[in-house]
Amino acid sequence: MTFDMVMKGETALIALGGEIDLQHSPTVRKGLLDCLLEKRGIVVDMAEVAYIDSSGIASLVEAYQAARKNSTYFALAAVSPPALRVLQLARLDKVFTIKASVDEALGEAG
Amino acid sequence: MSVLDPALALVRLTIPACAECLVEIRAVIRKAAVECGVSKEDAGDIVVAVDEACQNIVRHAYKESSGMIEVSVFCRNERIIVYLRDFAPAVDIAKIKPRPLDDLRPGGLGVHFMRTIMDEVVYLPPPDGIGNLLVLMKRIKA
Repeated sequence: MTFDMVMKGETALIALGGEIDLQHSPTVRKGLLDCLLEKRGIVVDMAEVAYIDSSGIASLVEAYQAARKNSTYFALAAVSPPALRVLQLARLDKVFTIKASVDEALGEAG
Repeated sequence: MSVLDPALALVRLTIPACAECLVEIRAVIRKAAVECGVSKEDAGDIVVAVDEACQNIVRHAYKESSGMIEVSVFCRNERIIVYLRDFAPAVDIAKIKPRPLDDLRPGGLGVHFMRTIMDEVVYLPPPDGIGNLLVLMKRIKA
């Protein structure tokens, strides 16, 4: 699993990669929530996510809810087919803001 | 549903119940599903369902203790059947329920994934009365 963050203006661009499972989801959760503590908007690039399970999805849900509480931007971008499938199974594809590309998400984040 | 003889399984794997071990279970299930003739898309879904079931064994059956998971995959009558056997205290099946999806909160999705993906998810009595035997079955599309 990889978790790489770069700042794009006031927005944190977080690129996730590999398999986000029970072993690795605590790292993802902490990384996302730490960003939100600093009231940064977040774009999560999920293009290289090969697998995500319910614990990984739970980390995204927790970050999404924290972002809403903070009134900060939170979007998923370029979601890989296996990750999108799991979001669809959880019926979260209609809950999260999901953008086709990172550029589109960063553009909206402002 | 009668209990199948693990000796007749396409694949058998005995592995510690730990978060770090799930990656190996997923790889075995994906390979076995493809060998059974399951489509790539359905194989991916079955991997999700079995992974969630194994997570439940790690987190809720064994909790803080250690133990083993026995995975057996059967391919018969155009069905893929996965047995997950653990040796933890018997789970209270009545407490295993998916949460409503409109209740947006972290967690609680694993049972929903299992039941949505698989055609049957049942607990059978383990042969020697020890632990739990979860069976997940999915029909293989022609």
